[in-house]
Amino acid sequence: MQTTLAFLGQFGGAIDFIFHQRESYAGGVQIGGSEMLDLAWQQIKLSAVALGIAIAVAVPIGLWLGHVRRFSFFAISVSNIGRAVPTLALLAFFAAYLGLGFTNVAFALTLLAIPPILTNTYVGVYQVDRDTVDAARGMGMRGIDVVRRVELPLALPTIAGGVRTSAVNVIATATIAPLAGATSLGFPILNAQIYGPEGQIGAAMVVAVLAVAADVLLGLFQRAVTPRGVKLEAGDRQGRPLAGFRKRGVQTA
Amino acid sequence: MILELAQVQIHGRSGGGSCVQNDGFCPDWITSNLDRYVDPFLQQVFLVVVSVAVGFLIAGALALLAHRRRWLVGPIIGVTGVLYTIPSLAAFFLLQPITGRGKLTATIALVGYTLLIIFRNVTTGLRGVPEEAKDAGRGLGFTDNQLLWRVEVPLALPEIMAGLRIASTTTVGLATLAFFAGAGGLGERFVGSQIVFKSNVVVAGGLCVLLAIALDLVILGAQRVLTPWTRARSA
Repeated sequence: MQTTLAFLGQFGGAIDFIFHQRESYAGGVQIGGSEMLDLAWQQIKLSAVALGIAIAVAVPIGLWLGHVRRFSFFAISVSNIGRAVPTLALLAFFAAYLGLGFTNVAFALTLLAIPPILTNTYVGVYQVDRDTVDAARGMGMRGIDVVRRVELPLALPTIAGGVRTSAVNVIATATIAPLAGATSLGFPILNAQIYGPEGQIGAAMVVAVLAVAADVLLGLFQRAVTPRGVKLEAGDRQGRPLAGFRKRGVQTA
Repeated sequence: MILELAQVQIHGRSGGGSCVQNDGFCPDWITSNLDRYVDPFLQQVFLVVVSVAVGFLIAGALALLAHRRRWLVGPIIGVTGVLYTIPSLAAFFLLQPITGRGKLTATIALVGYTLLIIFRNVTTGLRGVPEEAKDAGRGLGFTDNQLLWRVEVPLALPEIMAGLRIASTTTVGLATLAFFAGAGGLGERFVGSQIVFKSNVVVAGGLCVLLAIALDLVILGAQRVLTPWTRARSA
C-alpha cells in the first residue's frame, strides 16, 4: 500500500491513514483506519440531528408564510442575515453563552440550517401559479388541502434545494465542532500533534467526500421529487435543464 | 453561585479581572484590548477583497466565454459546483501539500468558492437582457463585441453585482477559517480557551458581521453609481 501510493506524496500517506490504523505521534493511542469511520459517523450523526430539526421547524413555517403570501421581507432576509454570520462565530457564540458539548453544537448547526430551508420553502410556495391554486379552490379544496395537495408538491423541488444547501453547510461546519466540545472529523484536523499531517489531510479528504456525496444524493432526491409536469415545463423553457443547479440556494459555510 | 464569586474574588487582580476570569462580557476589557483585533481584522479584509476580486475576474471571463459558447455552461457549472461544495476547511488542508501554508493557499480555496456564485449570476444576468435592447444595439450598427460591452454587460450589472454581494458576504464567513491555512484573520481570535470568553466572541463575531455588512453596502453603492438608470426608473 505504502509503495503503490508513494507517487501521490503526502496525499498517498493521507489515503493510507484513512484505511490503516497506526499508533499516534504522542504514542499509546491507535489512530486512523477504523477510527476514521467512527469519527465520520459522529459527524454524520451531528449533521443529521441538526438538519432533521431544522426541516421540522423551517418547512411548516415556510409553508404557512408562503401560503398566506405575507412577511416576505422576513422570509427572504432571514437567509441574508444567516449568510452574514460566520459559522465559526455562531459556534463560538453558542459555546460561550450556552456551554460546550454535542447538544449546544447541534443547536448552533440547527440555527445555521434553518434560513436556506425557510427561504426556499417560502419562495417555492410563493411561486406556485395562482391559477393552479384558484383551480384547486374551485374544486372545493380548503386551505390545508391546497397546501398539502397543491402547494407542497409543486414547491418540493425548491424545498429540496434548500435542504441540499443546508446539508452541505452543516456538514462543512460540523467539521469545526471539536472547537466547541463535540466529536467529529475535525478532531484529527485540529489536533496535528496527535495525528500529524497525514491525519489532517486524510480527515480533510473524508470531509470533502462526505460533503460532495451529500450534495449528489440530495441532488438526485431533488430530481426525484420534481413532479413530471414541472420537469417538462422547465425543459421547454430553457432548452436544457442545468442539472438542478438553478434551484439551488447559496451555501453559507 | 456564592462559592464561585468568592473564588473569583481570590483570583481576580482588579475589578475588570474578575469579569475576565469568569469569561464574561466585560466592556472595560474590550475597550482596553481593542488593538488585539486590528491586525486580524485587516488580514481578514485583505483575504476577502483579494479573493472576491480574483474570483470575479476568473468567473467573469468564464461567463463571457460561455456566453458565446452555450455548451460550456454545463461543464463550468459542474466543475465550479464541486469546488463550491468542498468545505473550505477541508480545501485549506487538501491544498497544503501543493501550495504549503499561508495566504496563497487560503486565497486559492476562497477564490474557488466564489466562482460558482459569480459565474451563475453573470450568466443569468447576460441571459436576462431583453432581446429588444440587443436588437436596438444591432440597429445602431454595433459589432458583437460592442453589443456585449455597451448593451449586454451594463444591463446585466444589477444581477452581476448581486452575485458579488453574495460572494463577498459568504467569503467573510469563510475567511474566519483561513487561519487554519496559516493566513491569519479574525478566526484565530476564536480558537483555544477564548471560545468561551464572551467578550472576545462578541467583539470578534461583531467585527465579522460588520465587515460583511460594510462590504455589502460598498458593492451596493457601486451598483447605484454604475447603473443610474435603475434609480431613474424607481423614482
